[in-house]
Formats: sequence, structure tokens, C-alpha cells
Amino acid sequence: METIRPASVADLAAAIASAQGAGTTLALTGGGSKRALGRPVDAAATLDLSAFSGIVDYQPSELVLTARAATPMAEIADALAGAHQILAFEPPDLGRLYGRKPGGGTLGGALAANLAGPRRVKSGAARDHFLGFSGVSGRGEIFKGGAKVVKNVTGYDLPKLMAGSFGTLAAFDTVTVKVMPAPAEVLTILIGGNDAHAAIRHLAWALNSPCEVSGAAYLPAELTCHSSVHLVRGCGTGVAAIRLEGTANSVAARARALATDSSLWRYELPSELSRTLWAEIRDVVDILPYPASAVWRVSVPPTAGPDVVDAARAAAASAQDVAAYYDWGGGLVWLATAPGGDSGAAAIRAAVARCGGHATLVRAPDAVRALVPVFEPLAGPLAALAARVKAAFDPARILNRGRMVAEPGP
Amino acid sequence: MKMPAPDEAVLSRRMQIVADLRRIVPGEGVIDAEEERRAYECDALSAYRQLPMVVVLPSTTAQVAAVLRYCHENRVRVVPRGAGTSLSGGALPLADGVLLGMGKFNRILDVDVANRCVVAQPGVTNLGITNAVQHLGYYYAPDPSSQIACTIGGNVAENSGGVHCLKYGLTTNNVLGVEFVTMEGEVLRLGGKHLDAGGYDMLGIVVGSEGLLGVVTEVTVRILRKPETARAVLIGFPSSEAGGECVAAVIGAGIIPGGMEMMDRPAIHAAEAFAKAGYPLDVEALLIVELDGPAGEVDELIQAVEGIARQHGATHVRISASEEERLLFWAGRKSAFPAIGRISPDYLCMDGTIPRGRLSEVLRRITQLSAEHRLRVANVFHAGDGNLHPLIMFDANDPDELTRAEAFGADILRTCVEVGGVLTGEHGVGIEKRDLMDTMFDDTDLALQLRLKCAFDAEGLLNPGKVFPVLHRCAELGRVIVRGGKLRFADLPRF
Ligand SMILES: Cc1cc2nc3c(=O)[nH]c(=O)nc-3n(C[C@H](O)[C@H](O)[C@H](O)COP(=O)(O)OP(=O)(O)OC[C@H]3O[C@@H](n4cnc5c(N)ncnc54)[C@H](O)[C@@H]3O)c2cc1C
Repeated sequence: METIRPASVADLAAAIASAQGAGTTLALTGGGSKRALGRPVDAAATLDLSAFSGIVDYQPSELVLTARAATPMAEIADALAGAHQILAFEPPDLGRLYGRKPGGGTLGGALAANLAGPRRVKSGAARDHFLGFSGVSGRGEIFKGGAKVVKNVTGYDLPKLMAGSFGTLAAFDTVTVKVMPAPAEVLTILIGGNDAHAAIRHLAWALNSPCEVSGAAYLPAELTCHSSVHLVRGCGTGVAAIRLEGTANSVAARARALATDSSLWRYELPSELSRTLWAEIRDVVDILPYPASAVWRVSVPPTAGPDVVDAARAAAASAQDVAAYYDWGGGLVWLATAPGGDSGAAAIRAAVARCGGHATLVRAPDAVRALVPVFEPLAGPLAALAARVKAAFDPARILNRGRMVAEPGP
Repeated sequence: MKMPAPDEAVLSRRMQIVADLRRIVPGEGVIDAEEERRAYECDALSAYRQLPMVVVLPSTTAQVAAVLRYCHENRVRVVPRGAGTSLSGGALPLADGVLLGMGKFNRILDVDVANRCVVAQPGVTNLGITNAVQHLGYYYAPDPSSQIACTIGGNVAENSGGVHCLKYGLTTNNVLGVEFVTMEGEVLRLGGKHLDAGGYDMLGIVVGSEGLLGVVTEVTVRILRKPETARAVLIGFPSSEAGGECVAAVIGAGIIPGGMEMMDRPAIHAAEAFAKAGYPLDVEALLIVELDGPAGEVDELIQAVEGIARQHGATHVRISASEEERLLFWAGRKSAFPAIGRISPDYLCMDGTIPRGRLSEVLRRITQLSAEHRLRVANVFHAGDGNLHPLIMFDANDPDELTRAEAFGADILRTCVEVGGVLTGEHGVGIEKRDLMDTMFDDTDLALQLRLKCAFDAEGLLNPGKVFPVLHRCAELGRVIVRGGKLRFADLPRF
């Protein structure tokens, strides 16, 4: 397959414009780390955006960073660390989940996939920190959306639409994100228990407190053994994990405020171990180390999380075929299922339909992802609207054709 | 202000249209009498008034859908309206349009503490949501100063902010889902009690779309537990430069206050005269920094902020000693608009955002412009996020003053864009900033946004004349549409 690697925005626009004219479908790639996320793309050529790399402007006191879209996440993280700041949406590094090296992601890719880590419950997803961009639409036109300041309502909020559009609407050249101060300390309260419903009630109790909880996850007993944090690995039960971040005094005071019944197994993890545990929860692969299985990411109302898991288990050939843990207070379920058949799609999606939400087949063999909708199928009128929105930006459907929904040929 | 020319064919069918609408929304839900329609002729940008052709007040989603379907079939324009507190003219009626008032959608539908959210109808006021959950210890975070009056539907349409949005986000960061009805009468659900979208983030686009994409008939918002403590510090500075530097230093120190507001001398004096908040009158800039959270943390951060303030030359530092005092500090700031209203017959509230580092430069420019346009101005500023509200004082009875006030406002907004900022941080474009859109966006940018509009409302019947310069006007000008002799965007509908 031909690879086009434009070096400037003008080249990028020319490349897309000529592809549009010729009806040449393009597979967009930044670092290529998430190529296996989404449906297999039907493309005649690869549009390699890796030349658009480097931080353009970073002013810590403005809480804004502007970078070329294919700037590696590692470079962004380093620059931010120098000013004690972070991307508050805590983007996961999904590289290893796809059997690749870690650290391959780019900022534009994280935004295009609308990534979000455990801090989603407090600070939002990529969408909430994506302030502005410039890029090229499927029409080959250079355009921009949003701006470079933290507060802006001028015109439609195009960065929101771009977040999670997986390169199907435009190719970004430059992006601007909101950044936040890095917390000085992290503390994690671990509470032992084997009942997912009870654990989620614990998480809700913590999230519903004034303690500004910034992570709330539950790992069942069959998965705690995978953590590299010895306290979690060796506890022998499931573990609810509640994260507190801030200054040392504040974190300690909030941990005291979240006092639990003395009959419960409870432990407090200090900063370094906390960081390790939450990185494992964020990046998935450490907790679900099953390279052959399909992996689902399911977003539902927090109290409904266990119902989705129950439904997936009930439909599986054997209950052991399904492994699952919960983040976002129960609202994000990571499920590993047997990769054959529909990988559990029918049961999982039926359960999601009952409570509201969406299920994404994050990892599965190409053949499965070509057959099973990777993203939650939309109801008729909404699907039609999505198609009209796609056409507004990319009428010839040349950008990442088929990545989000099955699309017929030209 | 040029609005789309009224459609004579629609006006001539007015009686028939009113009768048809009465069949959809029976009883008092259709308002035809002129004196009753008057109540809807403007929003809070009251310099612009237009009597709507007819007012419709539906009370169910099915009625909204039927009204929109009818209007779509009969090519009748529709302007949605919440409480009419828009400061940008977003709810200004059209002479040939249906004014769709959402006031009857005033019920809280579900309080779901376990999932930390509330489902409300769009006509519930912003404060009404907090009121529904505060006995349980929760609140809804975005807090526009107009919160006792403005509706959550209006907040969604404008993506409204408030003094606490630096830490807690704007409306868009706090809305989980909506039910909304397209101009064709289709009822769609976006989001719900879960987070993020499975496909395109349509919710993210609908929030802040100023009533141009659909009519919101239900809103799900997340609620937060009330912080354990909140305390505020009042800090006076001998110059706005010093105040601006203090703000940057607070954020540079890794502190994100719950709120961080700044006022200049004229605003301080007006607010103090109005609210007797105990503001120092011998300072050029006054900061209110509120820290909220666990008590221990708040005490620690208050001290840190006080230290930073002194390093930056603060001449006045007072820390709220009680909840009453904290609320008093805010009372002054929150009544800044009515306070200006008392010293001037009319005022225009501008709403640009700038990179904070450019604050003193922009304030100097505003002072110059004030002299050039011979109009007084007072500045209040959401300092934490760079959102500036210059309040331009004038007398609307004097047409020349109105013209000058608008020219002054436009100059301020152009300055905001020049320094890397934007036309509006929270009040929306509406009609007020519509004709300035091209200072921020070029014709390609605008065309793409219009195409997005077309994906939702192909005939351009929903709230036309707002946000985007009227397209046929652009065509008349030629400047925007014709480049290098080629007709651009020939495929775009003209409305
Ligand atoms: C004194 C004062 C202080 C203010 N302070 C702030 C502030 O601190 N922060 C801030 O952000 N704003 C502020 N505002 C502006 C205003 O209150 C907000 O923009 C508010 O969200 C408007 O809500 P509303 O219900 O009054 O909407 P309206 O004014 O009735 O309508 C506003 C826009 O929303 C659309 N709309 C309304 N309801 C719906 C619906 N159900 N579906 C689709 N579209 C709809 C209308 O078509 C219009 O375009 C202030 C206004 C005043 C008068």
C-alpha cells in the first residue's frame, strides 16, 4: 500500500484534496499505536501524519499547551512534568494491550480516540480538555475549530466532535489542550471484599463524599493476583480502590474522613505504589493479561456495571471465559471474553441497552471486528445524523473509511 | 442588526398557522394576542426587540416534536427560548417565526444519588437543580450569576459558565445527556447516565449550539457533593498588572481555586455602593479567590494564596472568617451587573476571553477605547480562566450612544481576538457577535460549521440569523463567497 507522508499543512491539504478528487481512501496514522482500535480500515493508501510533531507553545500559567498533532505522548508528558503539570484526563497507554511497545501514542491520537483514564470521574475525558485544533477536512480544506484559551463558546464546539471521531472527519495538524497542575501526593484506600455490588456501593460512598475522589475501581479476586503491587496481589480477595490526590496533609485528612467499618480489610497505599496500581488499572493489559481474548470497554451508569458482567457470563460457554473489572465507580467495565463467535457482543449489548450506555470492542481479531460492530450501533435516526455529519466534513468518505461503522464502497 | 427577511408567504398564512398550532398545543399554550406576545419580544440583550409571529408553550416532548414537524413541513422558522436571560440575543424572536417557550418543562424527573445525577426538564432553573438535591448535600456546579432565573435548557444551549467553572467546568463538562428534537420532529437521545459517547460526540456539539441544532426537551446533569468548606480571600492591589501577576502566580503554584474573580476600580466602586460588601475603595484591582474542599486543605491553600498575594504587592488582604462573610464577598461580585445598572441607564456586557498573560495590555487598550468612544466602562473578570466582562455604560435612548457602545464593544472583542483570545467565553455569539465571527474564523471555518448546521437542520429553519452571518448577505458582499473568480461553497444552502 502506498504511504503518503506530507511535511507541511499545505502538502497535507493537497494530498487529501487529490485523494478526494480521485476517490482514493486514506488510512490516517500518527504513531500507529491504536491502529487495531476500531474496525479494520478499508484504504488504498496510508496517510502518515508523523511529520506533524513537536510542541509549539506551552505556557504553564495559562494552563494551555499547543503541539503538532503527532507529538509523542512521552514528549508531552516530559514537558508537562517539567512544570509539575499533567493531562488531567490521564490518557491510557494502550500499546501493550495491542502487543506493541508502550509509549507509541501521540497527542492527536489520544484526542481522536477520546481516551480517558481513571480520573475521568473527577476531571473528564480527552473531550473535556481538547480546546482547539487546526487540520484538513476530507474536502482537502485547511480549517480550524475551537481556540487556544481555556474558556470559549464561539461557534460550535468542534473539538468535542473531533474527540472520538477516530480520524474519520479530519486530519489534525496542530492541537491545543488544557493542562492541569500535577497532584503532589497520591494515596489509595484499598478495601477488601468479594461482592461486586457491595464494592460499587463503597465506591459510590467515596465518590459521593466531599473528599474529591479521583479514582474509584474494583478488581475482583481472580484479577487482583495480576497486579504488581504486592498488597493487591497477595490480598486473596477482591479489592475496591479509592484514590485521593493533593497535598500531603489534605490527602491524609481525606483518608481519615473516609473511615470504614473496622471489620473490613483496609489498607492505604502510599504515592509510588498508588501510581503503579492506577497505571495498571488505566492501561488494562496488566489486569487483563490474556493476549488471546477479546477486550470490551463498556460505559454504563455506575450501578449497572455488574449487570453487564453477569449478562456476559450468562451468555458465555463457561463463566471462566469472562474476566472483568470496574473503573469509574462501576461505570466503566473492562471485560475480557473468548474471542470466537461474536466475542459476547449480543449479550453485552443487550445488557447495555437495558441500562443505557455503550460498549466498544477494543480488541479482537480482525475477522471479528469486521463482523461485530466495534462501536455501539446507533439507533436509526442517530445513525443517519452521524452519516450526515460525516458527509459535512468528508463527503467522499475517504478518511478512515469503515473505521467507525461499516460503510459500503463508493 | 440585519435579520433574515420575513417570509411574506408565512406571514400571509399567519391565522391558519396559529389555528393549526392550537390543534397541536391546545388551550393557553398558543399565544396570539399582541400584548401577551410583547412579553417575549426580547431577551436580556434588550436593545434588540422583535415581536414574534406567535408564541407556543408546549408541555410535552410529543408536542415539541409535532410543532417542529409542522413548522418544518410549512417552512415556518422557530426560535427556542428558556428564561430569556441570554446576553447575546440568542432568543430574539423573528417576525415570521414561532417563539417556542420551554417554560412549562419545569419538572425534576429523577434524582439518582447512587449514579450522582439529576434528570430535569429544560425549563427547570439552574438553581432549581441545586435546590432539588441540596438537602442531600449535593449541588450542580456551573453557577451563572443569573442562576435563579436562567433555565438548564438555556444553559445547555449557551454552554454557560459561572464563577466556579475554572475548577468544575462549564455546562458541557457537567451534562451527561439530553433528549432533543430536531427541526424535522425527530426525538433523539444523546448520552444518559453514563459517560462519553460510543460514536461521534453529538452531545458535545449540541451543548453550546445556541438553539440552532435542535430543541432540548430533557437534560441529565451530574451533581457533586458540596465541598466540606469554602473560604474566600479578598485581595486589593494598587494596579491591575499586580493583580494579573498574582493570578498567574497562584496557578503557577499549582493551585486551582474554586473561583478567582477580579474587578477594576469602577466595578469595585459600583458593586460596593450597591451591595455594601466591604470592598476596599482605595485599590485599582480587587481579587476574590475562593478555595473549597476539605477543611485542612483549604486552610493550607488560603495561607499559600495570602503569601503569593503579599509577594505581588497586595495592599489589602482579608480572609472570610465566616460563611456570612464569604457570601458577602461574593454578593458584591455577583451583583456587579445590577450595580452598574444603577449608575447607568443601560449597559452592554461583553464577554471575550484572553490569554491571562495579556490582561494588563488589554485593560490598557480598553481604557483607551473608552476615551475614544466617550463611554464609561467597568471591568469584571473571571480571572482564573481569562474571561473578561467589560460593562459598557450608555443610554439607549440616545441612538448615538447605542451606536458608540456597540462600536466600543466590537473594538474590545477584536482586541481579544488579536491577542489570541476569543469573542465569547460563556454568553454565546447570538446576534450580538454574529458579524464579528469572521475576525476569528475564515470562510472555510465558517462554511464547515454551517455544513454541520445543515446536517441537523437542512432548511435553516431553527433560530436563523443567530451565530452565523446571514449567508445571502455574504453572497451580496461577494467577499466571502467569491474567491479568485470561483464560486465557493456553491453547494451550500442559502439561508
Ligand atoms: C444578570 C445576568 C447574569 C448572567 N450571568 C451569567 C454568567 O455568570 N455566566 C453565563 O454563562 N451566563 C450568564 N448570563 C447569561 C444567561 O443567563 C445564560 O446564557 C443562560 O444560559 C440563558 O438561559 P435562558 O434560560 O435564559 O435562555 P434564553 O435566554 O431563553 O435562551 C438562550 C439561548 O438558548 C436557546 N434555548 C433556550 N432553551 C432551549 C432549549 N430547551 N432547547 C434549545 N435551545 C434553547 C435559545 O434559542 C437561545 O439561543 C447572565 C445573564 C444575566 C441577565
